[in-house]
Amino acid sequence: MKYYSYFPGCSAEAAASPLGLSVPPVAKQLDMDLVEIEDWNCCGSSPYGSVDKLEATCMAARNLALAEKTGLDLVTPCSNCFVVLHQADTHLKELPRLRQQVSEALAAAGLDYKGGVRVRHLAEVLYSDITPEAIGAKVTKPLKGLRAAPYYGCQLVRPDGFDDPESPHSLDELVASLGADVVSWELKAHCCGSSLIMPEQEVALGLVNKLLRNAQENGAQCLVTPCPLCQINLDAYQSQVNSRFKTNYNLPVLFLTQLIGVALGIKPSVLGLSRNIVSPARILAPYL
Amino acid sequence: MAETMVKAPAEVSFIDEVCSIPGGEALRSCIQCGMCTGSCPTATRWDYPPRQAIAMVRAGLREELLSSNSMWFCASCYTCTVRCPRDIKPTDIMHALEVLAIRGGLSTKRSRTPIMYKCFVDSAKGNGRVYELGMMLKLFLKTNPFAALKLAPVGLGLLLHRRLPLKPSRIKAVGELKAILDKARALGGAQ
Repeated sequence: MKYYSYFPGCSAEAAASPLGLSVPPVAKQLDMDLVEIEDWNCCGSSPYGSVDKLEATCMAARNLALAEKTGLDLVTPCSNCFVVLHQADTHLKELPRLRQQVSEALAAAGLDYKGGVRVRHLAEVLYSDITPEAIGAKVTKPLKGLRAAPYYGCQLVRPDGFDDPESPHSLDELVASLGADVVSWELKAHCCGSSLIMPEQEVALGLVNKLLRNAQENGAQCLVTPCPLCQINLDAYQSQVNSRFKTNYNLPVLFLTQLIGVALGIKPSVLGLSRNIVSPARILAPYL
Repeated sequence: MAETMVKAPAEVSFIDEVCSIPGGEALRSCIQCGMCTGSCPTATRWDYPPRQAIAMVRAGLREELLSSNSMWFCASCYTCTVRCPRDIKPTDIMHALEVLAIRGGLSTKRSRTPIMYKCFVDSAKGNGRVYELGMMLKLFLKTNPFAALKLAPVGLGLLLHRRLPLKPSRIKAVGELKAILDKARALGGAQ
């Protein structure tokens, strides 16, 4: 059994609930014990850092301080939480004045962060600690014939990722270990528009359209991503793309943990598959 | 290494101000090669695309840049950051410019992004976690309530798939979090 402290992130409880649902059963099956950080708060997400850097770092630091008490690596399934928490940890180590201010602020709640937490992305842990080989060995429903396009998005691999920042391969290997046919496509680590989907929908829909077109043209039956924001943009806004660009995409977008769960034979109901907006029922039927 | 979170006195130059923010340190070594602009997925929408924005910081064109829509189109994809041959971190610089624009009351009304970010922060502060539905409604009320109608199908889709909780999630230690953030403000961080 491998132990980690677990930081789900806000969206895993809400708009990305299929992610929040599918992580624990998959982790359990892969002998990972994810200990949820007690009373964690918003990571101090990118928009926060664009309004007030010190406060955003304090938000991150409270989580780091809580995680540090467990003595375990902090694992998050959210790519933005990963970048934000990782960057806060780096800045706290490199910038003494910032560290001083943040520790004074944390002290107001009786907390202290000594800098001892390793911040990791769940996809990296699955790849490095659990390994595609070990996951493959546990597959009971090989996804033979399923053409899946791994979508990395940005913040899993940039700026502090564990894989090549522009031509990554880790998800390809994870998806291949499930027996699926890995679709190779050019835009696998290009941007989906992230939170611009709300204030600047036009811009983000254009980016989502390019991604869906490229994946479809390369023969994908579905996309697979670990990132909540990417999944929301590609799944929940797919109908908007269709009406805006007169397209007719019907591409399910699965969370990595959902796809792993299916291959491991975990019940669809606990993987939140009915919560995907573009239904994956048809393409997954042979494996359920 | 340059230091952080200092409120810029009037005599501090724009470039010093930006360089003092974490990630902004390397800005002086920019060679204006344009890799950042060429890599940016949204550059065509910026008043001043990334390369030009960095040149403007060095030229001291503070108000012109901070009141532009430029940095608000940064989607934090970090492509420029990993490609920059001078190891400048344009993404972090754009975040720094956003902070300065909001702090100085200069953020543009031509982009809804600054308002969305402020709604996001209010939500994260108030509950300790981000409440997406509340944030979206507030954003539309503050900008264009009619735009909400266009997005209704997306909201409805999320709602029907049980992905849009009608109640915010709230941490137990809201008071402690508030104490931390109040202290941060008192320490002279951003206003």
